[in-house]
Amino acid sequence: MANEILEDQIGGEYKYGFVTDIEADNAPKGLNEDIIRFISKKKNEPEWMLEYRLKAFRYWLTLEEPRWAHVSYTKPNFQDIIYYSAPKPKVQLNSLDEVDPELLKTFEKLGISIEEQKRLSGVESRIAVDIVMDSVSVKTTFKETLSEKGIIFCSFGEAVQEHPELIKKYMGSVVPYTDNFYAALNSAVFTDGSFCYIPKGVRCPMELSTYFRINASGTGQFERTLIIADEGGYVSYLEGCTAPMRDENQLHAAVVEIVTHKNAEVKYSTVQNWYPGDKEGKGGIFNFVTKRGICLEDNSKISWTQVETGSAVTWKYPSVILKGDNSVGEFYSVAVTNNYQQADTGTKMMHLGKNTRSTIISKGISAGFSNNSYRGLVRIAKGASNARNFSQCDSLLMGDKCGAHTFPYIEIKDKSAVVEHEATTSKIGEDQLFYCKQRGIDNEKAIGLIVNGYCKEVLNKLPMEFAVEAQKLLAVSLEGSVG
Amino acid sequence: MLSIKNLHASIGGKEILKGIYLEVKAGEVHAIMGPNGSGKSTLSAVLAGREDYEVTEGSITFNGKNLLELSPEDRAREGIFLAFQYPIEIPGVSNVNFLKTALNEIRAYKGLEPMEAKDFLARLKEKQKLVELDGKLANRSVNEGFSGGEKKRNEIFQMAMLDPCLAILDETDSGLDIDALRIVAGGVNKLKSKDNATIVITHYQRLLDYIVPDVVHVLFNGKIVKSGPKELALELEEKGYDFIKEEVGA
Repeated sequence: MANEILEDQIGGEYKYGFVTDIEADNAPKGLNEDIIRFISKKKNEPEWMLEYRLKAFRYWLTLEEPRWAHVSYTKPNFQDIIYYSAPKPKVQLNSLDEVDPELLKTFEKLGISIEEQKRLSGVESRIAVDIVMDSVSVKTTFKETLSEKGIIFCSFGEAVQEHPELIKKYMGSVVPYTDNFYAALNSAVFTDGSFCYIPKGVRCPMELSTYFRINASGTGQFERTLIIADEGGYVSYLEGCTAPMRDENQLHAAVVEIVTHKNAEVKYSTVQNWYPGDKEGKGGIFNFVTKRGICLEDNSKISWTQVETGSAVTWKYPSVILKGDNSVGEFYSVAVTNNYQQADTGTKMMHLGKNTRSTIISKGISAGFSNNSYRGLVRIAKGASNARNFSQCDSLLMGDKCGAHTFPYIEIKDKSAVVEHEATTSKIGEDQLFYCKQRGIDNEKAIGLIVNGYCKEVLNKLPMEFAVEAQKLLAVSLEGSVG
Repeated sequence: MLSIKNLHASIGGKEILKGIYLEVKAGEVHAIMGPNGSGKSTLSAVLAGREDYEVTEGSITFNGKNLLELSPEDRAREGIFLAFQYPIEIPGVSNVNFLKTALNEIRAYKGLEPMEAKDFLARLKEKQKLVELDGKLANRSVNEGFSGGEKKRNEIFQMAMLDPCLAILDETDSGLDIDALRIVAGGVNKLKSKDNATIVITHYQRLLDYIVPDVVHVLFNGKIVKSGPKELALELEEKGYDFIKEEVGA
């Protein structure tokens, strides 16, 4: 009976599956040095940037695609991807009136009303948004307001032009192009992304946010994000992702780097809702992302919070290198897989400094025929005295055709370390559902309640606006998927 | 209010209820007693709409509606409340949030707007007192880490909040010490009115010292074999269920 309900109702609808009809300026399909030169030229890049790309590309050619993750999929044909796609016409936009109305409609559908944000100016909870569509950043809001405080928040491409010294200093310092297959690919072909610099002693007065959108067909999205918080700086950064519904698998291979200096803090929150494919597992985004931060100096803190509901295949491990003494790394994650989605996600906490602390809270939810894996590494280096880690990895199963897996790795080289690991696996019980129903709450609402309760510790870490969105998203992603 | 006629129900092909007849009117308290395995909990589960049980014959009418056609949540919204023998834990969901959702779902079913926050809070406070429930419990996750007694008290608290038309208490006395029993029974008595009814399912006469029934039914082997005034409970307590077995020639 349980399975009848399951099969009957599986799958909420993906509401971001629209395609915006915007003329795009595309590169030809395929990948070679000429394409890289094309991208670099399109972006009017200095010679050093092109050199970096080419080095990364040549290195990438020597690599094999990684196969260790607990996922299975058809290897992307890297010669069948368009590596550069820009909504036309690409002109410098000064006001909204100059923006393609189709593009504005897209933003509206995504729930990002720039107009509204403008109106909200002067209100406390403002969010500055950078929107990256396909390959380029199309609009950054609140740039002027932020620059008064010395905060730089712009597209990555713009930062290459305007702040080359910062890019040269930090790009690749946390995730070098030699890091892994997809990081190397990204370093070769990345087209845009967001850049953020918080100067000494500045607390960013608003949430900074980037929305990534893959729109054009046959394209991959390869963006880079680089966030630097200088001494005593603080920023809370949000990232949202959506894509149209397409039968093909599209590739998203991003790199995110975070650097915190002394006493600085960066909080990075993601609500990842790339198109997950249809109920039969056709289409959807391959999400192969390298995210890493380094607490470069003492007393700094990096916190990753992610709610992962989308993508056909996810391969992502937001990590923290705890280099400075007393630095803190946190990872809070909710990963939901439904239908035929596969996720292999987790984190790495590398303790190098003394008295460093890390916390990992991972909540996996599997439904349908999906597979959901937590993979995490806690490494305490020699000399990282009094390092502490607490890990909690919970899995929730819905129905009996899905899988949950946990791969925790712990490497301790210092005797004074204290590492705790807790893991649980549970099933949404018929008993829990019946209990809710007996109180007048229907199946759908009951699942929402139970799942949100289960994820509470993580959802509490999200900024208010995001938490509400994430709660709704969880309910939609799992609609009717319980028996 | 409730009319059960010739109710047969089975689970996994095994017949548990073998022709139950029961009439409950507004303002009444009915006790259903019986030995282990007689079908008491099955009856409460079938009334609440638990899908594991298959009703093979008979009818249940509740306030003029065919109950068997309603989903479990709609039965709850129509005013049926089951106090669970083993209340379920829902980690991370606060009691308050749970009750607010339940209350507003029931209101929506009746075409009412969600309850104002301040009215809800006032009600919360008032009903907490009724079952002497610690305010902290209301903010904790539903039944998580509650003691056995706290869980049962929480059931009655929920019942008070949702104000049902027909409450079914499934072995609410099991696992309660005498003080908790007094509090729980006191709560039930205070909630009694001429418009609602209660079915108390129990093994022991003990609870019926506190919640005095109008009618006592003895359930045996899937049938109500004897009904009588409250004194029947005392007789059962004294003689054990064997005398019933002898009477029905089992």
